Amino acid sequence: MQQPNKLVPFFENLNFERDDNTMVVNFGPQHPSAHGQLRLVLELDGEMVVKAYPDIGYLHRGIEKMAENMTYNEFLPTTDRLDYIASTANNYAYALAVEKLLGIEAPRRAQVIRTMLLELNRIISHLFFLATHALDIGAMSVFLYAFREREFAMDLMEDYCGARLTHSSVRIGGVPLDLPEGWLVQMMAFLDKLEHELDHTYEPLLTENRIWKMRLEGVGVIDAEDALSWGCTGPILRGAGVQYDIRKEEPYELYGELDFDIPVSDRNDSYGRYMLHIEEMRQSSKIIKQLIPMYKKTEPQLMAHAPQYISASKEEIMTQNYALMQHFVLVTQGMRPPKGEVYVPTESPKGELGFYIKSEGEPYAYRLKCRAPSFYHTGILQKVLVGTYLADVVTMISSSNIVFGEVDR
Amino acid sequence: MRKYTPKDNVQAKSYYTDRFWVAPFVPKSDVSEDAHFSKLLEVMKESIEVKDAYIQIGQMIIYINPEDNFKVLKLMKEQYDYAMCSEISAVDYLAQDGEFEIFYQMLNLKKAKRVRVLTRIKEGHAIESVVPLYNSANFAEREMYDMFGIVANNHPFMKRILMPDDWEGHPLLKTYPLEGDEAASWYEVDKIFGKEYRDVIGPENRDPASIDRYDTKRFSRVGYEREFDADISSAEKEAPIEYSKARFVNYNKSSKQLDERR
Repeated sequence: MQQPNKLVPFFENLNFERDDNTMVVNFGPQHPSAHGQLRLVLELDGEMVVKAYPDIGYLHRGIEKMAENMTYNEFLPTTDRLDYIASTANNYAYALAVEKLLGIEAPRRAQVIRTMLLELNRIISHLFFLATHALDIGAMSVFLYAFREREFAMDLMEDYCGARLTHSSVRIGGVPLDLPEGWLVQMMAFLDKLEHELDHTYEPLLTENRIWKMRLEGVGVIDAEDALSWGCTGPILRGAGVQYDIRKEEPYELYGELDFDIPVSDRNDSYGRYMLHIEEMRQSSKIIKQLIPMYKKTEPQLMAHAPQYISASKEEIMTQNYALMQHFVLVTQGMRPPKGEVYVPTESPKGELGFYIKSEGEPYAYRLKCRAPSFYHTGILQKVLVGTYLADVVTMISSSNIVFGEVDR
Repeated sequence: MRKYTPKDNVQAKSYYTDRFWVAPFVPKSDVSEDAHFSKLLEVMKESIEVKDAYIQIGQMIIYINPEDNFKVLKLMKEQYDYAMCSEISAVDYLAQDGEFEIFYQMLNLKKAKRVRVLTRIKEGHAIESVVPLYNSANFAEREMYDMFGIVANNHPFMKRILMPDDWEGHPLLKTYPLEGDEAASWYEVDKIFGKEYRDVIGPENRDPASIDRYDTKRFSRVGYEREFDADISSAEKEAPIEYSKARFVNYNKSSKQLDERR
């Protein structure tokens, strides 16, 4: 390692070969378009990027290490801090992995609520993408409009679980709460509003906008071969013409019963990915509208019945001795899943979010690996950015929709 | 006598385990139940040694020898459409067996099938990199090196990825302590200012809500204004905190009683 001192500054992993005419630019980690804590070391020839090196780890909190030292229920709120734009997706992915390990299934009403929350969460995340993507490119007003709608969606989240960003709205084995009164009516009103705004505000502002098209078309080209090889999933993979959505291909929760389409674009560029996000919001809205009548047909049970792993309802705990004893053991010692391992992929708004859990039959996970989509989407930057202009670097970063909570973990 | 704490695994442990408790296993099923998996396994067995294979929670798990990893993944990619390597990482079994377990999580997009290839290597041994097959291994193997210290041979850029370049130790090892030592607590001060500044800067306060009532530099004192940075630790007048008295509200009555403080 280079020994740093005040005269010779310390640049990690970099060789300065000054015989060529390139310049090294440090993009971030405190750059407003770096979407958090991305440090991108760019080697420039004029304005052309000849080498890009994404340097990550500025937000590393050791979440996988924390998972090994927390009981399964304790760790659930920590998953909020992975992709903090779409917390429910993380909560859900983790809860589903543990449920698969335990071999239990959430009751029907919990499944309906979870699917609704997941899709609402997808809308929140995609609106955030749209807002920041437009802002990074210079379309300030879209940011204001998109955040206005996002605010309504977050109010709905707040009405359900009390939190706006760190939801923890899903539990292992179900959901903690039933929907509040009038929530579905408000949800319906929000979806109508969202669809109206998509058709009358965002799309007219951007889709055929000459500047928007010039900034996005042919920028950040990722073809199918690259996307697969670099492990890209979600909108990047579908933006490269590969129709793969885990909700459709490996259905979990209620997605097998719902009628929705998977939009695909074979443009390979940022413009295609932008169109995908818009279309996915419409599909999410369609999904939630199908779930509303399904909710009314369900029984009121919210948590799975598995006394060995999951506490009984509050009413039972307060009235029945054995339920109270079970609850005491589960709170003080934690649940002990069977020995084995599981990898469960889910389609988070960013792509394939999977949890690998290795259980040795202890109340603490022996190993938990979070397969975060943004981690791999950051990896491909070193390939995509080479040969583009410095001005397009920001477009590519915001188009890949990386969130550093889950890149660094 | 002092309680014995093992050094090979310093992670959190359950404080109580029933002595008659035996952990059950997640059910496994035979590979022959799935046509695609059994065919893949058959072809694989022709060229390499498969130690064990079964299906657990819908995914096939194959145990192979560590030197075959590249061969297996190449076969899966080129003949069986496993176009994506979703994840690579390791599990620390040094305390039990002196080994790491490395897993490759593979995905076949055409058939929506997932296979996990597992292999075990001894401590200090390296594994062949699979970057020539899957570029996703570039970041994944770097992270594995960073977290466990497992080197991937022929990797294009085998450097730490999440931790700082000069970090000591590999955080996901079971021997890695959960709390930092003295050097770790002074790490930033030593790096930025030098060791001699430890006294000037003082130890880090990790409580984000901490308030020093005698600090006139960073805290305003409404009603008790003092000069900036004046030392008031000895001559400050006591300002006891007042609590409101608990009041009884009879909700059966039509109107609430007023707060006693008024």
